[in-house]
Amino acid sequence: MPPFGNPQLTLLERLCNALAVSGDEGEVRKIVMEEIEPHADEIKVDALGNVLAIRRGRGKKRVRIMLDAHMDEVGFMIVADDGEGVYRFETVGSIDVRHLVGKQVVVGKDHTPGVIGGKPVHLMEGDEYTRKVPLDSLRIDLGLGGKAKIGDRAGFFTKFRRVGQSIMSKAIDDRIGVATLIELIKHAPPNLDLCGAFTVQEEIGLRGAKVAAQYFDPDMAIAIDSTPANDLPMHDGSENTSYNTKLDSGPAIYIADGTTLHDQRLVRFLSAVGDAENIPYQFRQPGGGGTDSGAIQRALAGIPTVSISVPHRYTHSPISLARMDDWKNTLHLLHAALKKITPALLATR
Amino acid sequence: MTDILPFLKSLISVSGISGHETPVAKRIEEKWRPLVDEIGLSRVGSLQGLKKGSGKGKRPAVMVAAHMDAIGMMVAKIVDGFLHITNVGGIDARVLPGAPVIVHANGEELPGVIAMPPAKLLPESESSEVIPIKHLLVDTGLPAYQVKKKVRVGDLVSFANEAMELAGEVISGHTLDNRASIAALTVCLQELQGKSHVWDVWAVATVQEETSYLGAYTSAFQLRPDIAVAVDGTFAKGPGANGWQTHPMGKGIGICMGPNMHPFLHKRLTELADKMEIPWFLDVTPRHSGTDAYPMQVTREGIPTALVEFPLRYMHTPVEMVSVKDLQRAGRLLAGFIASLEENFLEKIVWE
Repeated sequence: MPPFGNPQLTLLERLCNALAVSGDEGEVRKIVMEEIEPHADEIKVDALGNVLAIRRGRGKKRVRIMLDAHMDEVGFMIVADDGEGVYRFETVGSIDVRHLVGKQVVVGKDHTPGVIGGKPVHLMEGDEYTRKVPLDSLRIDLGLGGKAKIGDRAGFFTKFRRVGQSIMSKAIDDRIGVATLIELIKHAPPNLDLCGAFTVQEEIGLRGAKVAAQYFDPDMAIAIDSTPANDLPMHDGSENTSYNTKLDSGPAIYIADGTTLHDQRLVRFLSAVGDAENIPYQFRQPGGGGTDSGAIQRALAGIPTVSISVPHRYTHSPISLARMDDWKNTLHLLHAALKKITPALLATR
Repeated sequence: MTDILPFLKSLISVSGISGHETPVAKRIEEKWRPLVDEIGLSRVGSLQGLKKGSGKGKRPAVMVAAHMDAIGMMVAKIVDGFLHITNVGGIDARVLPGAPVIVHANGEELPGVIAMPPAKLLPESESSEVIPIKHLLVDTGLPAYQVKKKVRVGDLVSFANEAMELAGEVISGHTLDNRASIAALTVCLQELQGKSHVWDVWAVATVQEETSYLGAYTSAFQLRPDIAVAVDGTFAKGPGANGWQTHPMGKGIGICMGPNMHPFLHKRLTELADKMEIPWFLDVTPRHSGTDAYPMQVTREGIPTALVEFPLRYMHTPVEMVSVKDLQRAGRLLAGFIASLEENFLEKIVWE
């Protein structure tokens, strides 16, 4: 099994604290390149900014597998200058505006600090406080005369932290997948050619994964992502039957989501590996949402694809929360699965 | 002028939610002790520092009050390791989802985040608009059995985001209302070290302003000052706030007039600000000023009261914002005002 401990958590911390809003993934790309450079046989950065790495195995009949994790995160772009350090912004990726009022942000390559303020409660009229503050009423405020450029990206200012068995951070979606993929490249088993795709622009339409799959032309693919755990109590105390996934229940294997019916051979295979190795896993409740698998599966003449996610709470918000054990079990399940992959896996139906 | 920013940052890093001001009171006491002649707590916990004047015999006294309490939250109910909360002081529930907090659990500080539950877990009528505070949950990241062991109903929950220094000598963070005024009052005490003043000065960090003005009522009663000045933030112009109540941040301080203020004290302050070349603006409060000036004015037989303010953006959110320059201006004006109080000043306070 690949090691799991402080070095892995430190890597995740660096990745989470980096700012890489869709279309501007440079900070994460730099960390990825540094980490995989000594371990990969080939690395290239493609036209969109994907990092595409190959680590070859030994022997004949090696399966060519693409492992995918997206580098980008949801965030903001500065779109207009209102003067005196106040800027208008747009969201990039799916962000609920209800998470924005009263939050700290960083802007641009220098991570200039700023805030998204809110109207004083004292000045509210009638039932104003019951209505959402629309995006066009919100501003990023950099203080008196603070400078940003139109087009600068911005993100939540949240420092990664460990609390007991939990991780609290922004961008766990999908830095935890990126960290997993880095570890898998470092500890790749020899029976396959591992094609590592660190993709861009997942949050705005799976665009990096599409060209990555077309470039690698793999036999099969696994998208490694992070998915919401909606495992909170129901407001009325009844049973929560729409939890999507639960924390502490291990990696979430996908069967069906909003874009993909995942390859049944790979779904069965991953769960069989979990059973055989005594690694806990769960099935993500079939439903909406999606991962890069939606683009990979339909690339070229079709690529058998499955997704697996580390569950986290409070997706696309300033602070998400995941469990270290769920991440460890995801890494271990994937590593155990890679070791067992043979061409025969796809010969069945 | 000494740099007040490090002290202000340390002030907002300690808790002191209304009714539970002890941690911040200790921090202020440390800072004020060398600046005053006597210091102690009122019966309800307000910190009262006396700097004696140079006058002979029984000296008149001015009380300068800044409240040290902060708005916050309290644990209302614990369900499966998640904490339901209620507000202490005025909070717009819209600032809460995704906010980092600290749960103060029997001496232990547990970091947490305020969670907005997914729509499917909420009543349909409430799932797509603003989620009221009763449906928000604090997640500490700890397993339910540990939460049950550590946390109790009534435990305090405070905002936890760190202060940010922004462009143009601006600081942003939670609780600048009203720790920024404590900083201004501290600047005043520092300035007074080099000045002679006839009057006694009571510097008071009051408790429970956000909930009932308890500290200002009770300290004004106990100390029986001849005049009183409150220091507080007023609304700064900025995104979301551009009405007549708002004033530009960083361009000067507010000297307030209205029914809570004595016109003569107001006049003295404005004349002095002009003389000291401190930029100021007229802030008007047609009714309740919403500050410690309101209770102090009606304590005992009535006390002539004034209010000095600085503009503060995003009041009662975790990202309040003030200009450090404005705080220094407020501190300087207060010190100048105190030093200007002549022995017979009381006789001059008249109604037109």
